[in-house]
Amino acid sequence: MTPAAPVEIAPGEVLESDDAVDVRADRPWKVIVWNDPINLMSYVTFVLQKLFGYSKEKATRLMLDVHHKGRAVVSDGPKEKAEMDVFRLHEHGLWATMEHDD
Amino acid sequence: MAPRQPIRPNGDGTFRLELAAQERAVLAAIVADLEGLLADDPGDEILIRLFPTARPDDPEAEAEFREMVRDELVAKRRSRLAAVTELVEATVLDREQLAAWMGAVNDIRLVLGTRLDVSEDDEFDDAEGADPESAARAAYWYLGWLLEHLVEASATEL
Repeated sequence: MTPAAPVEIAPGEVLESDDAVDVRADRPWKVIVWNDPINLMSYVTFVLQKLFGYSKEKATRLMLDVHHKGRAVVSDGPKEKAEMDVFRLHEHGLWATMEHDD
Repeated sequence: MAPRQPIRPNGDGTFRLELAAQERAVLAAIVADLEGLLADDPGDEILIRLFPTARPDDPEAEAEFREMVRDELVAKRRSRLAAVTELVEATVLDREQLAAWMGAVNDIRLVLGTRLDVSEDDEFDDAEGADPESAARAAYWYLGWLLEHLVEASATEL
């Protein structure tokens, strides 16, 4: 599997519109947290806030997605970032995987 | 009577830890158990939740990822457990020490929950019984209660 080549973007383009660039080329990996019967809901919410800087509302929404739907995409990005995110989630005891976003 | 608060922010970045001597003794013992498990065989199935699969779709990538992170994950877990052992009699924790306690308590719950084969429908209470698993179940219940409070105290720092 080969990571997508980085896309060159003029600085203004990104700010003007997210739709103007191929988001997938730049953000090819998804990090997923899976539901498990052990981790506390409050703990999962806290970890998502701490690791990703998410608001309490956003972290709670993601935690509830994990709880009710079985999984949630909690971050995305280039391979190295996804690996780092998975590592940090594992460090905090969350059941995280990464997969290619295609 | 208000519910007991085992840990409370002091408002200056430190936290007051109020645990009974018996609770501290139990914590020291189960921390030592997990330290022993990690030292003897970090590949033990019972520790599976501490080292989850990152790439279930790709065994080769999974092996690479494991190779890359395994030692560091073990080292971080050991250092958190060591911090709790060192601070098991502490009455004040700083932010970093609180994070170590929270991480260690969560790790122990993950291992205990795996051992007890916990499911989401399980209800845990602190009732005692003749069940040989009852001590482990009581410990699991206790650690959940403690963790809930450690998270609440930590969240005041976000």
